[in-house]
Amino acid sequence: MVAHLSRLARLGLTDEEMEVILPQLRAILAAVDRLQEADVSGVDATAQVGGLYDVMREDQVEPGLTSQEALSNAPSHEAGLLRVPAIQ
Amino acid sequence: MSLLDLSISELGRRLRAREFSSVELTQEALGRAGALDGNLGAFLRTTQELALEQARAADRRLVEEADAPALCGIPIGHKDVLCTRGVETTAGSRILEGYRPPYDATVVARLARDGAVVVGKMNCDEFAMGSSNENSAFQTTVNPWDAERVPGGSSGGSAAAVAARLAVATLGTDTGGSVRLPASFCGVVGVKPSYGRVSRYGVIAFASSLDQVGPLAKTVEDAQLVLSSIAGPDARDSTTSPAPVGDLSRALHEGVRGLRLGIPREYREAGLEGGVRAVFESACRWLEAEGAELVEVSLPSTEYALAAYYVIAPAEVSSNLARMDGIRFGPGEPAAPSLLEAYELARNRGFGPEVRRRVALGTFVLSSGYYDAYYLRAQKVRTLVAQDFSRVFERVDALISPTAPTPAFRLGERTQDPLAMYATDALTLPANLAGISGLSVPVGFSSGLPVGLQVLGPYLGEAVCLKVGAAVERAADVWHRVPAGFDG
Repeated sequence: MVAHLSRLARLGLTDEEMEVILPQLRAILAAVDRLQEADVSGVDATAQVGGLYDVMREDQVEPGLTSQEALSNAPSHEAGLLRVPAIQ
Repeated sequence: MSLLDLSISELGRRLRAREFSSVELTQEALGRAGALDGNLGAFLRTTQELALEQARAADRRLVEEADAPALCGIPIGHKDVLCTRGVETTAGSRILEGYRPPYDATVVARLARDGAVVVGKMNCDEFAMGSSNENSAFQTTVNPWDAERVPGGSSGGSAAAVAARLAVATLGTDTGGSVRLPASFCGVVGVKPSYGRVSRYGVIAFASSLDQVGPLAKTVEDAQLVLSSIAGPDARDSTTSPAPVGDLSRALHEGVRGLRLGIPREYREAGLEGGVRAVFESACRWLEAEGAELVEVSLPSTEYALAAYYVIAPAEVSSNLARMDGIRFGPGEPAAPSLLEAYELARNRGFGPEVRRRVALGTFVLSSGYYDAYYLRAQKVRTLVAQDFSRVFERVDALISPTAPTPAFRLGERTQDPLAMYATDALTLPANLAGISGLSVPVGFSSGLPVGLQVLGPYLGEAVCLKVGAAVERAADVWHRVPAGFDG
């Protein structure tokens, strides 16, 4: 299970790290299993606690971050673009 | 006696009477941080240059503007999950080391608009996940009342700095109790506004349906002044409520006569430590003496709230933290041989144990085949928790309980047992699930450690929380106590 989650979430866990986290996740899942006891028949899932939905406005054009600002924290960039290792 | 012992309104009077300048006040705060924070660990960094520049501007405004805002010239600190333009903002995580946001969070901008002076960025649990501040990747903040104990989390640096008088007020964020809990543990006031009362724009996200920014301060009035500055609709956060905030200061002096206050039976039975129970009973008697009527109420879904929270919050974490990939910000792993390895290396090196646990857990509860049993079910239980509150608020004006079952616990006591750490927030996190308002106000001590009273109000009921908080603060009369070693 943990190897699959580590891959899905790009956590890159080592075998040792997986051994540590597995019993912890099991214990947490056992605790949250409490949910199965609650009677939720006919209850709607919460969507938004403030009761807001479909908040719309007219599109407005206004200045945002410059390309330079947006790239200012990137560890690697080139010619105004993010640079990343090759997809293999 | 330090200037930092004074309330915001008293500091404001003296600033306007030219007894001292904002620059002098700011230098005192920075001087105290330099001298006293070495052992406390509340600041991840001080922002001396920015602070003095803002203080000089505030001094000019105090001369030129007869009606300068109440916060003009007042030294404050920001939890390190709040983006501050050009100032390193890490959320307590290695994965954001060196990140300098190109913009300000709305709350940061609003406090700047009102002339507040930023003296630094406050330590916190990594991405605000934790109840002790021990999950910060950089340093451990200790409790100013007992250096062997935790300050609470996740806004632990924010709470400790106010208690130790290193900042007049600070901002924190509260996703399951992260403002109220450290406020209780450190003996300061902390407000968790209703969901949508304060903008989350520029707040590094933990769980977007639960996160709210709130003030930490010495007094209820100070907290109100900060809340009034940051609250209200924001075009940059479509989840902010369009409802006007109104004048929250009026609530401070109205008293509790005629108010009906509910005590949730389930919170009273939550394994309260003896000293906490005794302080809570005193607070109840004071409120009765002030004219409030106390009634017992029931929130029957409380027993499922913790479980629902630890499905919903990690689910949102797994989604929100997907953006922490080392490509656009943070040190990253640009020399990795492939993109996949760059992601995995950056995240493995960048995330601490608690963040990994929650990302893995959230990925699990959202994964195909488990979604209905965990996430969907938790969102239904969330509705039940919210309905519990709606039902009791038809009968009572506000709810009161201890903020936490115990005072501050020892460093290391709960780090090996995630479930014990999670249970710390049992009395605070239901309010986040329901999106209602709340605060913690110091009301006494148990074996020398501060104990907070939690006041919960309805959705957008900040005024009633402040009203009850101010009344019990007057009766308790403990806000001016300063922890030993910080009282010079």
